[in-house]
Amino acid sequence: MIEFKDVTKTFDAKQGAVHAVQDVNLKIEDGHIYGIVGYSGAGKSTLVRMLNGLETPTSGSVVIDDVDITALSGAKLRDQRQKIGMIFQHFNLLWSRTVLENIMFPLEIAGKSKSEAREKAKHLAELVGLDGRETAYPSELSGGQKQRVGIARALANDPQILLSDEATSALDPQTTDEVLDLLLSINQKLHLTIILITHEMHVIRKIADHVAVMEAGTIVEQGPVLEVFKRPQQAVTKRFVNEEVTPSLTDTTVVVDQLLTKYPKGTIVKLTFHGDQAQLPIVSEMLRQYPLDLNIIEGGIHQTQEGAIGSLYLQLTGDADQIKGALAYLQKMRVETEVLNRE
Amino acid sequence: MNSQGLGSYFDFSNVDWNNMLTATWETFWLTIVSMIVVAVLGIALGLLLYETTNSENLLAKALNWIVALFVNVFRSIPFIILIVLLLPVTSKLVGTIIGPRAALPSLIISAAPFYARMVELAFHELDHGVIEAAESMGATRWQIIRKVLLPESMPALVSGITVTTISLIGYTAMAGAIGAGGLGNLAYQDGFQSNNNAITLVATVIIVLIVFVFQFIGDLAVRRIDKRA
Repeated sequence: MIEFKDVTKTFDAKQGAVHAVQDVNLKIEDGHIYGIVGYSGAGKSTLVRMLNGLETPTSGSVVIDDVDITALSGAKLRDQRQKIGMIFQHFNLLWSRTVLENIMFPLEIAGKSKSEAREKAKHLAELVGLDGRETAYPSELSGGQKQRVGIARALANDPQILLSDEATSALDPQTTDEVLDLLLSINQKLHLTIILITHEMHVIRKIADHVAVMEAGTIVEQGPVLEVFKRPQQAVTKRFVNEEVTPSLTDTTVVVDQLLTKYPKGTIVKLTFHGDQAQLPIVSEMLRQYPLDLNIIEGGIHQTQEGAIGSLYLQLTGDADQIKGALAYLQKMRVETEVLNRE
Repeated sequence: MNSQGLGSYFDFSNVDWNNMLTATWETFWLTIVSMIVVAVLGIALGLLLYETTNSENLLAKALNWIVALFVNVFRSIPFIILIVLLLPVTSKLVGTIIGPRAALPSLIISAAPFYARMVELAFHELDHGVIEAAESMGATRWQIIRKVLLPESMPALVSGITVTTISLIGYTAMAGAIGAGGLGNLAYQDGFQSNNNAITLVATVIIVLIVFVFQFIGDLAVRRIDKRA
C-alpha cells in the first residue's frame, strides 16, 4: 500500500514561495490503477515523483509498504527505485541503444549479467508486442512503439509499482487507446499498482478504477472513478467530467443556443444516465406517458471500467404540464436531469 | 637568393623528399599523440565542469571555479605566446625545448581547455528527461556518466575532437616554426628562410591533405555513431 501523509512541497522561487503540493493525504491500495488528474501546474508530477525520491517533500511522509521513502538516501534509495518503474510523456529512451538494449538498461543498472539481461529483455519485448523490432533504434519507431519500449523498460526489474507521467499525452487517440489497453493487461497479468498522471479524463475513464483530482497543489476530490463521474462535486472535476462525457460540448452549446432562440417555448434538457439505466428504454416510456414533441440534439455513451455513462440533450415542446410531468418521471427513474436556459 | 618568380613554386628539384617524409611523419605523430591526450583530458575536465555546475556542495563549487578559471585562462592565451611562456615547464617535463616532443606540453595545454568547454556543452545539451529516467531506475552517478552521458553525447564529442584536432594541426605547424620539427618547421626553415618556395608549397599541400583526412574520418565516425536521424 502507498500512503501520502500530510505531504507538502514548497519551492523557493524569486517571486516567493510556491506551494506545489499542499497537505496531501492519499492512500492507494495494491493492484489498483489510480489516476491523478489535473491541469498542468496542479502538482501531480511533483506528487508522484516523491514515490521514487526524484522529489522530496518539504514536510510529511510518503510510505510504501511500511517503508518511509522520504527517509531513504544513497544505496537504499537506489534499491527502492529499482522496485518502481516509470514511464514518461516523451519516452526518454536512449537513442544510442536499440530496443533490446534500452530494455536491458535498467537490468544493467541493477547489476544483472549481460546474458540474463538479454533473456529478460527479449521476454519483455514480446510482452509489450515488440517482437521482431528488437534491433531497431528508437528513431526508427513510431510514438506508440517508443512508449511500448518505455513500458518494457519500466517492467524490467519486476517492479511492484508503475508510475505513468502523462505517458499517452504525446500520442494520437488510437495509439493512446492501444497503450492504455497494454497498461490494463499488464495490471491484470502482473498485479502491479499503476499510478497514472494525466490531464485527460478519457485516460482515467478507460483504465483507472480510482481517481484523485488535483488543483493548485491540493487533492480536491477523490474516490472510485464511477462515483466521481456520477457526482462530481468540485467545479474543476465537473469541467473534466464534462469534457469527457460531452466531447463536443462547444458544438452542442451552439446548437442549444440556436434552438433556444428558435423555439423560445420549448424546454431543453440534458439527461445523464448511469450504468444499467443507459440500457433501459426510459425516454420512449416517458413519451408514451406524456405525449410531447421531442428533438434529439446530441447524445453519447461512454464505457468506464465500472460501468457506462450516457448523456443526451433533448428539446421537448408541448403542453407545460406535460413537460413538468415528463421531468418528474425522469427524476423518478433516477435519471439526472438539467434544464438548460438561455443565459 | 634563389629565383623569386612564381615559377619557383614548381622548382621541385630542391625538394628533399626524405626530409619531407620525416617531417610529415613528425607532424602526424604530434597530432595523433596530442589528440589522444587532449581527448582524455578534455573529457575529464568537461565532465568535472558539468558535474560541479549548479552544485550546492561548497567543495564542488570551489572545484568548478578553479577548473573554469584554468580553462578560461589557457583558452585565451595565443598559442605562439603559450609556447614561449611554457619553455621552462617544457624543459622540466620532457628534458628538451627542441624537437617534436617539446611541442607536446603546449599543444595539450592549449587544446584541452578548448575541448573541455565543448564537452561540457555537449553534456548540457542532452535531454534531461533521459538522465531523470536513469535516476528513476536507481542508477548511480557513475553509471549515468558511463551509460548515459558519454554514449548519448558521442556524436558531439567526436565532432568536437575533430574540430580540435584540425586546429591542433595548425598549432603543430606554428610550433614547428620555432623548432619543434614537422612540416611547419620544414616550410619555415627550408622553405621560407632558404628561399625554396617549392618546399613551402609541398609542405602546405601535405598539411591540407592531413586536415582533409582527419575531417573525413571525423565526419564518417559521427555518421556511423549517430542513430538519431
